[in-house]
Amino acid sequence: MSTQVVHAEPGILKKYFFSTDHKIIAMQYLFTGMAMALIGGFFAYVFRMQLGFPNQHVPGYGIVTPGKYNALVTMHGSIMIFWVAMPVLIAAFGNFLIPLMIGCDDMAFPRINRLSYQIFLLSALVLLSSFLVKGGPFGGAWTAYPPLSAVGAYNLTPIGATLWLIAVALEFVAFLLGGINFTVTTMNSRAPGMKMYDIPLVVWMIVLASVIFMASVGPLVAGAIMLLFDQTMSTGFFDPTRGGDPLLWQHLFWFFGHPEVYVVLLPALGIVAEVVAVFARKKIFGYKTVLYTTWAVGFLSFVVWAHHQFVAGIDPRMANIFSVTTLLISVPITEMVFLYIATLYGGSIHLDTPMLWALAFIGEFMIGGVTGIFLGSSGTDIYLHDTYFIIAHFHYTFVPIAIIAVYAGLTFWYPKMFGRMLNETLGKIHFWGTVIPFNVIFIPLFITGTAGDQRRVYSYAQFAEQSRPALQHLRTTSTIALLVMLSFQLVFLFNFFWSLRNGKSAGANPWRSATLEWTVPSPPPHGNFAELPTVYRGPYEYGLPGRADDFLPQNVPE
Amino acid sequence: MSASAKPIANTRSATGIPTARLITWWVIASEIVIFGGLLASYIMHRVGHPEWADAASHTNTWAGAFNTFVLLTSSLCAVLAHKAADGHDGPKAAKLLRLTSLGGLIFLTVKGFEWTKDIHEGFVLSSGGFWSFYYTLAGLHGLHVLAGMIIMLIVAADAAKNQELQRVECIGLYWHFVDIVWIFLFPLLYIAR
Amino acid sequence: MLERYLTAASTYAHWIDYQFLLIAVLVGFWLILAEAVMFWLIFKFRAKDGRPTQYITGEEKQQTRWITIPHFLVILCDLVIIVPAIMVWYNIKQVLPPPDETVRVIGQQWAWSFQEAGPDGALDTADDIRMVGELHVKVNTTYHFELMSRDVVHSFSVPAFRLKQDALPGRTIAGWFRPNRVGTYDIQCTQMCGIGHAMMAGRIIVETQQDHAAWLMRNSNPAVAEQRDPPASATDGGLTMAEMRR
Repeated sequence: MSTQVVHAEPGILKKYFFSTDHKIIAMQYLFTGMAMALIGGFFAYVFRMQLGFPNQHVPGYGIVTPGKYNALVTMHGSIMIFWVAMPVLIAAFGNFLIPLMIGCDDMAFPRINRLSYQIFLLSALVLLSSFLVKGGPFGGAWTAYPPLSAVGAYNLTPIGATLWLIAVALEFVAFLLGGINFTVTTMNSRAPGMKMYDIPLVVWMIVLASVIFMASVGPLVAGAIMLLFDQTMSTGFFDPTRGGDPLLWQHLFWFFGHPEVYVVLLPALGIVAEVVAVFARKKIFGYKTVLYTTWAVGFLSFVVWAHHQFVAGIDPRMANIFSVTTLLISVPITEMVFLYIATLYGGSIHLDTPMLWALAFIGEFMIGGVTGIFLGSSGTDIYLHDTYFIIAHFHYTFVPIAIIAVYAGLTFWYPKMFGRMLNETLGKIHFWGTVIPFNVIFIPLFITGTAGDQRRVYSYAQFAEQSRPALQHLRTTSTIALLVMLSFQLVFLFNFFWSLRNGKSAGANPWRSATLEWTVPSPPPHGNFAELPTVYRGPYEYGLPGRADDFLPQNVPE
Repeated sequence: MSASAKPIANTRSATGIPTARLITWWVIASEIVIFGGLLASYIMHRVGHPEWADAASHTNTWAGAFNTFVLLTSSLCAVLAHKAADGHDGPKAAKLLRLTSLGGLIFLTVKGFEWTKDIHEGFVLSSGGFWSFYYTLAGLHGLHVLAGMIIMLIVAADAAKNQELQRVECIGLYWHFVDIVWIFLFPLLYIAR
Repeated sequence: MLERYLTAASTYAHWIDYQFLLIAVLVGFWLILAEAVMFWLIFKFRAKDGRPTQYITGEEKQQTRWITIPHFLVILCDLVIIVPAIMVWYNIKQVLPPPDETVRVIGQQWAWSFQEAGPDGALDTADDIRMVGELHVKVNTTYHFELMSRDVVHSFSVPAFRLKQDALPGRTIAGWFRPNRVGTYDIQCTQMCGIGHAMMAGRIIVETQQDHAAWLMRNSNPAVAEQRDPPASATDGGLTMAEMRR
């Protein structure tokens, strides 16, 4: 079917709420994710205030009681991973970029795509509804270990626990539908001429993330059914007194939970690859090697899960195996980071805001990466497990992923999404106002963690060693830095909405990028391409010798 | 976008595999890990609890065997429906699909009788480890049978009008998958002592 | 390195501290090197008029060696880290040295309770000493502990000993420690266990042989022992249930 399908412009309600257009669905995911990020960020503000200034009235919230504290940290973790990182990194960027970057008019299954968002929205509403029920939202940590999560008498939030579980399960369904759609679309709907190694890395990474998600989430879906029955039908799947096993949940959870880290990491790495290539005017150093290391990481991510359970009561011999696999996964990840750094060599680096974010991602993520070695080594993990050291470690990975890389992507594709440029000065203020405080938040937490501060505790008053004033100063420093970082996000929000109307008009290709999405008008019309493109080369042809222009778009015949 | 105006993305086939078949395989793959997780949990518990064999002996092996036979026969109908669809004989494919879902109905009816008897004998979901897994596994499978039947009837309605014949193959693939899950469940729940 | 931040009070605390130091030196080297190279490249190859970019695929041999050589060096460093890490783990978690004493540690929402052998030196006899929130041990004595939980998953953590082990309902998990410094140290629960998680504190008191013997004599009186029996539901820790729920 090579004839042009005419795409009619639908009415407002249909256009923005019941649309099957991939770009609108991407915006729905993006704005829902941003709204959830505000909620998750507010929770971080509240419980950091409690830790920085114990037992004081928190402006805008009130006194933080132990029960509320537990609910806040649980919801912060769940929301930031399931309702911010995943919808923004995978669903928003995936939906917006995949059809544009592979040169077709929409997803292969637009109505499944719409259903995916609707289920996702429902899951977010179910989660938020748990704030209104008796007992309040679930407070048993985002890992929801039974028997605490299974028995209402233990967690004191029986309704909240069930709503949390249902919300998470619905979210999984939404991303299964979305991920299958991404994978099928990328496999089958590419523009003529676009071979496997002509696909931009960000598309590869989002699809691989979706595949990893699909392959790892199944057992946890099964686990969620079992836990739901334990909560509501008085079964005993995880109850040791009735033949069940609480460790089973931990295995099912982390069999998913660890690959999930890479599910959100890969799209971030993909975004950074696109940005680095464009602003360094360089071909990615070893495009294929990047992909091979990604496959290696994807595979290894399935055999490291028990490093979350070294001291959980598993057979101690198992820890040795998982310690080895965990250090092994550092090899491909390190290699990928080296490749990104090597891409800078010989380039012509323009430090526009998107590039600042992308470089900050690499610089900060390395800190997150190397501190993981302390935790992956079973010996040191005995001490560091469930301390603030691990909190600081995974925030040094997750903040680069879910905040820094997302800003790299948003500032980079904003002109394509909305047809206007963001303000560059505000962009740089926002960048420095985010990255500097970010380090001031989490470096002190590495130290409090090494000094023995345990996680998920609303007050250290009961612990003499943790009540030393020096540690409290560090906690307060961290909290103040968080306040600074949060207030600088207002600069971004202002820039985002102000530029929608007042930004400089972007034109089709403001960054002089070689991939297909920049060949269509900004914002792209319904149906994307006036004439569907044919692809002649890979996505990163910059600085080709002997040419006047320093880049060669994928769709231009030689 | 109405159902008739498919995006061009849906009509391309860079891999050479039709898009409808490709997505069916991915759906089946993601279902395999769900059932795989549940089955692996069950097997691990079962190995650790030899006493569950007592509970398992209450299941009706003959009913299970009959149901296996019913599902296998219905899968044969699904294969014939696919063949008819390949020969562009929509009405025949529709007839065979309806026959397939009749197989599903018989399966669920037998299951209903079995469960009624189990419950009357006092074996419910919370009666112990084996019964929890028994009802959860078979229940999840039963839901897949039910979903397959409903989708199959919708596909049959289109096929009767010679529309969307590629879907006949896809629902057939899905039905075989549901069938294979049962092939695993039957020995593990009914026969293993 | 770790001891700068928290006292080390058991024999294996130093093993973990040395392992931490080893990792810190190795990964610190790589981190500083990689960051330095990155910042140098950003500076050296900043956009300048009239300087074209180089076309490098990163797929030829003399280019890939810049990745391959570090790649093997990283594997080497991983080996240098993993071997002692497993040795530390093996000696702490996998093999238990012969015990001088055995104590029972029981976690429940939200208190630690302890059962120690009385003067007769055997557990589960009439003169056992049961305490809530306080464990008295002798310095330079190898202890085995039997860890269990009455309700949910807890985690028995003594930071000064570098000791951490989850307590699972329905199981008894064995472990060991050998205190080597007299003093009072914190016991934490490091696994989310409900509303009173932050109140689930305890103290471990490491005493000299003489002090411990004196303490034993004072407490092995059956009347005292009975008084110290753990309450059915411990909500100790300053706040009442109603206050915590609020």
